[in-house]
Amino acid sequence: MVDRLLRLCTCAVLFAALAAPVRAQSPDRDWSDVLARARGQTVHWNAWAGDEKTNAFIAWVGAEVERRHGVKVVHVKLKDTAEAVQRVVAEKAAGRDGGGSVDLVWINGPNFLAMKEQKLLYGPYAERLPNWRYVDTVRKRSNLIDFTIPHEGYESPWRMAQIVFVHDSKRVRDTPKSVVELAAWARAHPGRFTHPSVRNFLGATFLKQALAELAPDPSVLQRPATDAAFAATTAPLWAWYDGLKPALWRGGTQFPENGPAQRQLMNDGEIDILISFNPSEAAVSASAGLLPDSVRTFVFARGTIGNTSFVAIPYNASAKEGAMVVADFLLEPATQARAQDHRQMGNFTVLDPAKLAPEDRRRFDELPRHPALPSLAELGTTLLEPHPSWMTRITAEWERRYTH
Amino acid sequence: MFAVGAFALPIAAGVAGTLAPAFGFLPAIGGHALTLDPWRELVRWPGFVSSVTLTIATGVAATLLSLIVALAFAAWACARPWGARASAWIAPVLATPHSAFAIGLAFVIAPSGWIVRAVSPWLTGFDVPPDVATVGHPSGAALVLALMMKEVPYLVLMIAGASAQVPVRESLAIARSLGYRAADAWFATVLPRIWRQIRLPVCAVLAFSLSVVDVALILGPSHPPTLAVQAIRWFADPDVRSWFPAAAAATLQLAIVVAAIALLLGVERVAARLGLARIEHGRRDGAGGTVAAAGATFLALLVALAGASIAGMALWSFASQWRYPDAWPSGLSTEGWMRRLDGLASPFATTLAVGAVAVAVSLALVLACLEFEQRRAKRGPPPGLALLYVPLLVPQVAFLFGAQVLLVRTGWDGALVAVVWAHVIFVLPYLFLSLADPWRALDPRYARAAASLGAGPWRVFWRVKLPILAKPVAIACAVAFAVSVGQYLPTLFAGNGRVPTLTTEAVTLSSGADRRVIGAYAVLQALLPLAAYLAAASLPERHRPRRRGSRS
Amino acid sequence: MSAVPLVLESVRLRLGERVLVDRLDVEVAPGECVTLMGPSGCGKSTLLAYVAGSLDPAFDASGRILIGGEDVTPLPPERRRIGIQFQDDLLFPHLTVGGNLAFALAQRVSGRRERRARVDAALAEADLAGFADRDPSTLSGGQRARVALMRALVSEPRALLLDEPFGRLDAQLRDEVRRFVFDHAGERAIAMLLVTHDEADARAAGGRVLRFRDNGRVEG
Repeated sequence: MVDRLLRLCTCAVLFAALAAPVRAQSPDRDWSDVLARARGQTVHWNAWAGDEKTNAFIAWVGAEVERRHGVKVVHVKLKDTAEAVQRVVAEKAAGRDGGGSVDLVWINGPNFLAMKEQKLLYGPYAERLPNWRYVDTVRKRSNLIDFTIPHEGYESPWRMAQIVFVHDSKRVRDTPKSVVELAAWARAHPGRFTHPSVRNFLGATFLKQALAELAPDPSVLQRPATDAAFAATTAPLWAWYDGLKPALWRGGTQFPENGPAQRQLMNDGEIDILISFNPSEAAVSASAGLLPDSVRTFVFARGTIGNTSFVAIPYNASAKEGAMVVADFLLEPATQARAQDHRQMGNFTVLDPAKLAPEDRRRFDELPRHPALPSLAELGTTLLEPHPSWMTRITAEWERRYTH
Repeated sequence: MFAVGAFALPIAAGVAGTLAPAFGFLPAIGGHALTLDPWRELVRWPGFVSSVTLTIATGVAATLLSLIVALAFAAWACARPWGARASAWIAPVLATPHSAFAIGLAFVIAPSGWIVRAVSPWLTGFDVPPDVATVGHPSGAALVLALMMKEVPYLVLMIAGASAQVPVRESLAIARSLGYRAADAWFATVLPRIWRQIRLPVCAVLAFSLSVVDVALILGPSHPPTLAVQAIRWFADPDVRSWFPAAAAATLQLAIVVAAIALLLGVERVAARLGLARIEHGRRDGAGGTVAAAGATFLALLVALAGASIAGMALWSFASQWRYPDAWPSGLSTEGWMRRLDGLASPFATTLAVGAVAVAVSLALVLACLEFEQRRAKRGPPPGLALLYVPLLVPQVAFLFGAQVLLVRTGWDGALVAVVWAHVIFVLPYLFLSLADPWRALDPRYARAAASLGAGPWRVFWRVKLPILAKPVAIACAVAFAVSVGQYLPTLFAGNGRVPTLTTEAVTLSSGADRRVIGAYAVLQALLPLAAYLAAASLPERHRPRRRGSRS
Repeated sequence: MSAVPLVLESVRLRLGERVLVDRLDVEVAPGECVTLMGPSGCGKSTLLAYVAGSLDPAFDASGRILIGGEDVTPLPPERRRIGIQFQDDLLFPHLTVGGNLAFALAQRVSGRRERRARVDAALAEADLAGFADRDPSTLSGGQRARVALMRALVSEPRALLLDEPFGRLDAQLRDEVRRFVFDHAGERAIAMLLVTHDEADARAAGGRVLRFRDNGRVEG
C-alpha cells in the first residue's frame, strides 16, 4: 500500500515536472523550481578543450555556479564535439533514456542539426532562462538561427564568432579586401597562406566565406542546396580555388588540422595570414605569447560570416536543471563581459547592450583595449551562415576534387 | 583460464558491434537491414585507394625497418661487452608513450623545427622556413620514423629476453672459431633459434603500426590520412550516418591486419628457406657486419631523435615565447608550470592510480597463468593461451565502438573500474610477453631444491621464485605501466571522456597546438613511466638464465 | 693441410689484483695434446678463451699466441682458425646434422654437390653415413659428440681447444668419444690444448700435463 502510494507520488511529481513548462505559471516561480532541483546536481559539460583560456573560463564558471547555486560543473574535455554526440548515440543504442552521461554540450551548426534530427536533445528550454531577455535577437540573428535552422529553444547562446583574418603587420603591408584579393596576395607570396583542413569547421567556413562572396545569387545559400543550385552556385568558387590552391602553403597538398594548428604555423613563421572565428584572436594570442606582438586583424569589405556558439542539453541528461542553471549563468551580463575581456577568453557577447542596465553596459565599455583588437565598427557586416547542406556538400565536393 | 575468456570475450563482442554497422545494421541510428552500402560508400570515398596504399606501406615499412634495425643492433651488440648496457640505455625510450614522442618529433623535424632552427638563418639563409613537407609528408615517412623510435627499442628488448634462453656466448664462440665474424655468427646461429619467440612481438608491432591512430594523427599525412585515422574521423563526424563507412573502414582495417600477418608468416617461411641455404653455403663475407654497423648507427640516430623530442618538449614547457628562427626560447620561466599545476594534478593522480591498479591486476593474473602452467602435469603452455594476445593483434578501432556499447549496456561506462578493465586488456598481454620468458627460463632445480627442503608450492612461489625473479618482474611491470600510461582510445571510450589521464589530456590539448602546454603534459607522460623503469632497473640482478652456466 | 705447432709465449692473465696465469710458455707440437688441470676457477678456461681470442675485456692479458710461427694475438677469433669444443656439443638445433657440417665447411669449397660430398665424407668418417638430413636432437650422446668434432675438423683448424669436452658423457661413452677425438685430430696432426678435471682424460690425451697453482704459476 505504502509502496503504491509512493509510486503514485513519484508519478505526480514527475508529471508536474514534465508539465511545468506548458502550464501557465509565472516564469519566476518556474525558475525557482529549477534552481531548487538543480542544487546538489553535478553537470557534466562536454566542451572542446583545445584552448587553455576557454578551459580556464569554464573552470571559473564551474566555481561561480557552485558557489551561488550549489551546482557542480565537471568539464568533460573533448577533442571534437562529435565525441559527445557519439556518446549520446551509444547510450541511446544501449537503451539508456535517462541518467545519461552528458548533461550539457557546447555545440552549433551541423552537430546541433544532427542531434536535433535524431531527437537527442531536451527542450525547448532557452526561452525559459531568466537572462534570455538580454539576448540580442535582432542584429545578431544567429542567436536564433543556427546555420539557417531555427533552434526553437533547443540550445542557448553563449558566445559570438565571426570570421576575421589575422596578419603579421611586419610582413603583410596591404591587407586583402576580398577573397579575390586574398588569392592574388597568395599568388604573389606563394606558400605563405593556408586554411585549416576543410573537414574542420573553420576550413569549411573559409570556403563558405568565399562562396558567399562569389556566388551569383547569395540568397540561394539560405535554402537547402539542390543539385542544380549547387552546381551553378559553386562553379565560380572552384574556379577561384583552382587558382589559389597551387599558391597555398605546401602547394595545397597539406593543411593544418584546425585553427590552433594554423596559429602554430604562424608562430613558427611558416605563414603570414591566418583565419580565425574569434575577433579577439590576435589580441588574445599575442598577449598569451602564441603570436608575435606585430599581429593585427582585418576583415573583408563586404563582411564576413558570423555565427553563435550554443549550449544544448541531451534528452537523457541526468542533471537537466543544473545544466539550465549553467546555461543561464553564461548569459549573465557580468559573465558575458568577463568572456569578452581579451585577457580572459576574448569572445564577443551574444547580448544586446541596449537591453542592459547602465551599470552592466559600463562593464562592457570599460573592458581593456589592445592594438590588435578590432572595434565593432571595424568588424563590419556579419554575413549569415548558409544552410548546413551547403557545408556538407562543399566538404564532399572539395574532397572529391582535391583528394587523390 | 577464466582470465583469458574475460578479456577475449569483450573483444569478440566489440568486433561484432563493429561488424554489424559495417553491414548497415545499427538500429539506434536507423540501420535496420543488412546492406553493402557502407562498403560502397567507403570505396567511393575519393581518398580510398591512396589511404589503403598508405596504410599498408607505412605499416609494413615501419615493421620491416624496425625489425631489421633491431636485429642488426642485436648482432652488433652481441660481441661488444657494453652492448648489453646499450640495451639498458635504450629501454627508457620504451617507457615513453607514443604520442609524447610524436608531438616532440613533429617539432624536431618540421621545416620550422628545431633542427632547421639550429642552422638558420646563418647557415641555410632561411629567413622564413622552407616550404617543404617533412611532418605529414604524403609518403608517411615521418610516421614511419616515429613508429620506429618506439618499436625498435621494444624489439631489441624482446630479442634480449629471447636470447637469454639460448647459449649465445658459446654459439658465437663456436661459429667464430669456424671463421665467421661476430655479426655473421649471430645471424647464422642465434637469430634462427630466437625467431619463434620474437615472432609474436613482431606481429604485434605489425598490427600496431598498421592501425595506429594518435601518432598518425600527429605525424601522418592528412589528405588522405591512413585508414585508421579516417575511420576515427568518420566516427567523429557530426552526421551519425558516417558511422556506417567508419565501421566498414574499421572492418577493412581488421582485414588488412589479418592479411598482413598471414603474409608475414608466408614471407617467414621463404626467408627461413633462403636463410638456411645461405648458412649451409658457408659464406664468410662479413655482410652481416655491414648490416649490423648500419643498424647500430640507425639506432643511435633514433635514440638521439627520441632524446631531442623529449628535450624539445621539456624546453617548450618552460618557454614564454619561442619563435622561428630562434634555436632557444627567447624567455624561460616556471610561470606556465605553476599556472598549470592545478590542472595537471588530477590527471596525474588518475594516470598513476589506473596504471598501478591495472598493472597489479595483470601481474596477479599473469603469475597465476605461469604458475598454473608449471604445476600442470603436461608440459608446454595450456591451450587457449594464444587468445591472450588478441588485443595486441586486433586494431583498437575495430572493437572499441562495439565495446563502448557493451559498457553502456552494463552501466559501467565512465567508471574508473571500466577504465582499469580496458587498460588491463592491453597491459596483460605485454606483461605476459615480457614475463613468460624469464619465468620459463628459471632453473627448475631451485624449485626442486626448495621442495626437497619441505617447502610447499606456495612457499616456493613466494620465497624462491618471486625473489629470484624480482628484477625481471619489476622491469616487466614498469614496461606494462608505460603501456597503461600511453593508452588513448581505450581510456577515452571506456571512461566516456570523464576519466582524464595525462595521455587523453595531452592528445586533447594537441588539437590546441600550444606547445608550452603540450610540452608540460608530454614531459609528465614521459617522466612517470621513466621513474617506474629506473626504480625497477636499480634492483639487484639475482636471476641467471638456465642455459648460461658460469665459467672461470 | 700443414701440420703446425701452437705456441703460447709468456702469457699473463690477471683479473683485477688477482694473477691467474703468470708468464706461461708452452709449445704444443703438431698432433700433441697438452692437458691443463687445476681446481675450479683457477683460470684454465680463461686461458683457452685468450688463445681463442674471445677473452672478456674485464681481464688483463699479455703474451703472444703463435701458430706455425704466425702471431695471431692481434687477430679476432674468426681469423685465428682455432677450433673449440665445449662440454656441451652445441650442435645448432635449427640446422640438420649435415647443415651443421656445411656451416663449418670452408667457403672455398663451392658448389652444392661438392659441399654435400664433403659433408657426406666427414659423416662417413664418423661412422654416421646417411645421417646428413637428421635433426641433431634425434642423435645419441655419442653420435652428437662425434658430429661436433667433425664440425670443428671440416673447418680445417690449425689448432684445437678442448674445454672439458667429455664432462657430460657417461663413463662408457666417454672412453669411446675420447678415442674418437684423439684419433681423428691426431691423424690430422693438429696441436691440441685440453682442459679437464679427469685424470683419465689426461692419460688418454697422452701428452704433457700442466697443473695450475694458486699464485698463477703453472707447473709441468
